[in-house]
Amino acid sequence: MNPSTDPWVWLAAFLTLCIFSFLYKDNILYRFAEHLFVGVSAGYLVALTWHNQIYPNLIVPLFIEGNILYIIPLAFALCYFTRFVPRFNHMIRLPIAFLLGWGSGVAIPAFFQRDILRQTQGTLLVREAFSKWDSGLWAIVILIGVISTLIYFFFSRERKGVIKPVANLGVIFIMLGFGASFGYTVMARISLLIGRLQFLLGEWLGIIQ
Amino acid sequence: MEILLILVVSLFGTMDAPDVMDNPNDDGSRIAISWQEFTSEMAIDGYEIWRAEENTDFEKIAEVNRFEQQYIDSETMNGITYRYKIIVVGNGEIITESEVSTPVKSSEQWFNTGRTNVLIGFIVYAAILLYFIYHARRGKNLFIRRLAGLEALEDAVGRATEMGKPILYVPGLSTIDDIATLASLNILSLVAKKTAEYNTTLLVPNRSPVVYVVAREIVKEAYTDAGRPDAFNPDNVYFLTQNQWAYTAAVCGTMVREKPATNLFLGHFWAESLVLAETGASTGAIQIAGTDSVFQLPFFITACDYTLIGEELYAASAYLSKEPLLMGSLKGQDWGKMIVLGILLVASALLLLGLPWVLNLFSI
Repeated sequence: MNPSTDPWVWLAAFLTLCIFSFLYKDNILYRFAEHLFVGVSAGYLVALTWHNQIYPNLIVPLFIEGNILYIIPLAFALCYFTRFVPRFNHMIRLPIAFLLGWGSGVAIPAFFQRDILRQTQGTLLVREAFSKWDSGLWAIVILIGVISTLIYFFFSRERKGVIKPVANLGVIFIMLGFGASFGYTVMARISLLIGRLQFLLGEWLGIIQ
Repeated sequence: MEILLILVVSLFGTMDAPDVMDNPNDDGSRIAISWQEFTSEMAIDGYEIWRAEENTDFEKIAEVNRFEQQYIDSETMNGITYRYKIIVVGNGEIITESEVSTPVKSSEQWFNTGRTNVLIGFIVYAAILLYFIYHARRGKNLFIRRLAGLEALEDAVGRATEMGKPILYVPGLSTIDDIATLASLNILSLVAKKTAEYNTTLLVPNRSPVVYVVAREIVKEAYTDAGRPDAFNPDNVYFLTQNQWAYTAAVCGTMVREKPATNLFLGHFWAESLVLAETGASTGAIQIAGTDSVFQLPFFITACDYTLIGEELYAASAYLSKEPLLMGSLKGQDWGKMIVLGILLVASALLLLGLPWVLNLFSI
């Protein structure tokens, strides 16, 4: 055992154990770490936003390079502060409306390309897939899976008649997908825990290399 | 240099001029250059691409390996005429050079022809949506099947009221431009109306500053619409921090201290989903979750009482409000899905019948 002599490592280990103590129950150590974490991260965000967003994207082009067009984003940004002035607080809707409109405009074509066209293309049965029996079989399974899942998410009809068994098949496909995803994601979570334990047992206590 | 070139060209012959064209479907400043592979008994290292403007000498702009037969010059100025030539290099020496290309200019295009299919698809989809919205607004009764998770929502609000405990609403951790966040904010409005009517405390911790501002306005409006503007407490809709895990730690703390009777996790989530849902389950709260994040859905399904899977989250706001605009949109989405289903079957049949061009209709 060769514990670290770096006080920052000890502090990090202490805060890690404070957070881990939540596994037992809520306690003062967890509350301390939680509030410290929230406060530090919120403060860090302010500094980060200034250095990465406001200064390079607004102050430099507007006040140093003299690009007048940047008054528009400045005016939009200032609208957020009207929430503190009841008489003008309706103006906060301007940047929000712009953001929502811009967000939808950017998201919809990208969504259409990625989630509809690409997925449809990848699902279609092509002759080449049947050059081997197994790839042909999987291509058919994928097509059936997509069709039954689409039927599952059809809200305009009651689930009865022919829709019911197809939708039930869709649920099976969805759950199979979730099962695979669950296992894959749990592995990733375990690796996070391992990383933290390595810090405690290695960098802090020096028990493992 | 000139003498050397004349010598080597006379020994090895010349290449045809490269094909040059304005790179299509971009904002200009790009020219596409392509050439035939040069075959020689000598070992070829690669090709040099040389460029000249009008009345200027050629200068080398790039080198590519011998397997490449095309290059995109992405450092051109729109409207200026350029000419190109290719020099073949082997063993560090010039083997030969091509004829000079025809003059070419780069220019921007207003319409990306490669995405015509996206435009057509969007127009068809928008037409269907507008059709159903029009009919919904004219009072046509549009049926939507029962969604179990949403049926439980009213019970969940009622339970919190009976127990005298708050409801915790987490609108996801994503930003305002995420569709799941927008769907969640629609549901938040309806939940806030119910909590205003029942006089139940609604806690809404936020990760995104912009979502926080929107959520606050939505809850405030909902309380006003419900005739209880006085019951709105601005401190209950609050910003925590943008750090994912600090936010999670704080929400977990809220769950164990305030012990909400109902936890609603609706929106987009990442790795924190299981931590939030597990902590909520340990407090005995009834939990309803909904997300379009495929990787997080399994965790919500295992740890929550009800889960809205993917598009059910988008359908939820229409189902709860019965507003014509949302109902019409949902109907339009449904028929959009049926069109995709039809396309899958028809296009697969055509491809199997030996019409491979069908596949190109979906290329971008």
